[in-house]
Parts: sequence; C-alpha cells; structure tokens
Amino acid sequence: MSSEAYPHLDGNAAAGELNRIFAFDITATEGQCSNCGARRRFAEAHVYMKCPGIVARCAGCGHVLLRLVNAGGRLLLDLRGMTYLVLDTSQFQDSGG
Amino acid sequence: MTWRTATVVGLHDETRTARTLTLAVRDWPGHVAGQHVDVRLTAPDGYSAVRSYSIASPPSADGRIEITVEQLPNGEVSPYLTEEVVAGDELELRGPIGGWFVWRSDQREPIQLLAGGSGIVPLMGMIRSRLLANNAAPFRLLYSVREPEAIFYREELEALSAKHVTVNYAYTRAVPNDWPRPPGRVDRDLIASVTWPANLNATCYLCGPTGFVETVADLLSMAGNRREKIRTERFGPTGERK
Repeated sequence: MSSEAYPHLDGNAAAGELNRIFAFDITATEGQCSNCGARRRFAEAHVYMKCPGIVARCAGCGHVLLRLVNAGGRLLLDLRGMTYLVLDTSQFQDSGG
Repeated sequence: MTWRTATVVGLHDETRTARTLTLAVRDWPGHVAGQHVDVRLTAPDGYSAVRSYSIASPPSADGRIEITVEQLPNGEVSPYLTEEVVAGDELELRGPIGGWFVWRSDQREPIQLLAGGSGIVPLMGMIRSRLLANNAAPFRLLYSVREPEAIFYREELEALSAKHVTVNYAYTRAVPNDWPRPPGRVDRDLIASVTWPANLNATCYLCGPTGFVETVADLLSMAGNRREKIRTERFGPTGERK
C-alpha cells in the first residue's frame, strides 16, 4: 500500500455510492476494524477510488474494511473488515440522506 | 439516493480557473453546511462520469445551492463546468451527502477551519451558515493558497473578517506586497500563532488535497488537539473533488 502511488481520499468520497445501499449516512457511522480493533467514524477511513470499485482501509492499520464493486448490473459489497457499525440515531433527522 | 435534475441558474467566476455555479434543484430536501453533492455528466454515447463537489451556500429553503468548481488540467468534468456550461443547462445531481464533515447551527464551541486551495468551499458554507443563523460561536480560518489571485470569495471574506471570522492566509508560492512571511507551507509555528490553543477544545474542520490534510492533521495533533476533534475531508490531485 503506497499512498504516493495511489493517493487515498476518505470515507466522505465514497458516501455517494454507499448511500445507494445504506439507508443511513455512512460517514458519521462508527465502525470497528476487525484487525486492530480501532473504532473510528467511517469518514476517517482511507478510501481508494481509482480501483475497479471502491476500497476503504482502516486509517490506523491499513486493513481492508470494505470493498464495493459494480460489475455489470450487480453491486458486490464486502464488509468483512468491520466487526460492527454503531449508528447515531440523532443523525437521522438532518443528515440529508 | 436518487439522481435529481439541477438547472444552472447563475455563474460567477471566483478566480481565473474557478467558477461558482448556482443550481436550482428539483425537490431539493435541504442540506447542512459541509455536505457535498455528486454531479453526473453523461456523453451522447452513454459514457458517464461522476464527481463530488462541496456545497458553498448555506442551508436555504429555496431549493438552490451553490458549488464552486476548480478547473483541473485534463479533467473530464471540471472543464465543462468551468468553461462550457451556460445558464439554463441541466445537470444530474445526487445529495446532499455526508453527516460527519458538517457544522450544525446549534454548535456553540469554538471552531477552527483550515483550508488548502479549493478545500475552502465546504468551510465557506459553514461560515455563511453561522452568519445566517446568527450564531456567535468563535470562528477562525486558516486558508492556504498558492498566491493571492487564487483566493476564493475574497471580498466576502474580507468583509466578514474580524467581526464574524478571524481569517489568516498562508501563501505557498507568491505573497502579496509587504507580506511579513516568505512563501511557505503551513508549519508548526503558524499553527501555534493563528489557530485556537488546544485547551479551548475547538472542533477543527480540515479540507484540502490529501497531502495538505495529512500534514496539517499531524500538526494540529502535535499542538495538542485531540484526534476526535479534528474532522477531515480529502480530495486527490487528480480526483476532481471539489
């Protein structure tokens, strides 16, 4: 993983695509990395958009949290890198999603 | 989240390479300062490109939003939005997007804004939102730009400066006449002298190219700001974000 060759963005950049799937705003959602155990907002994840799809990695250890691939009319979502998500229900009113 | 039709109703040049578009969006649900939209352009042959742009305008009920677009060399979308688009044109848009990199008008704590280049756009939305809401939260802005000519919203920032937001500039390539500092990037000394002291526990909003965000987030952290209080939004050098 070289941030020089593939500059990462962050969870905000993937939110438009992920909002197609999730009913809530993913950026404010807290998730736990299944590798290092760090708990962070998804907005803080390092996101690589220039792949065949989207890859989000833990900002702490680089472990893959999420992959999303759009393959000919099928959307493939791999969430293996996150142990759980915590939703802040107060965000639902005005997050605009 | 569905794609909506947006009609271009106003165009305003901010700099030689950046333009603000006012869009009237059908069924716009309203937004919070700091959120962005995705814009989709589709060619006659069906090829489409999607790019994200931050909203520069404060929340309003009239179904209009403003985005400011910086033209990138060899970009697929930004040259169209900065040069070719005319009033009356229609674009496809989805949003508003994001609930983390936002400032809500009921926040009362001190706010530190830090912008690199066109990273000013969502932060301007926050400054305008604060003004509209008559919120007295103390705001400071540190705005890093290549040169004085590259400043967005220049006159508006000048008018708001001091009374509504304390504005400091960092020039990386060329400085104005009689400027006390040589051109240079944001560094530890500048962070120490113009941003809120860490003991005020300000919420920091940091937006710019990835390298700028990484560097400045580290500097804020070293100055004693807690990581949970530093909210970031990055865009890539070729990603045509913002």
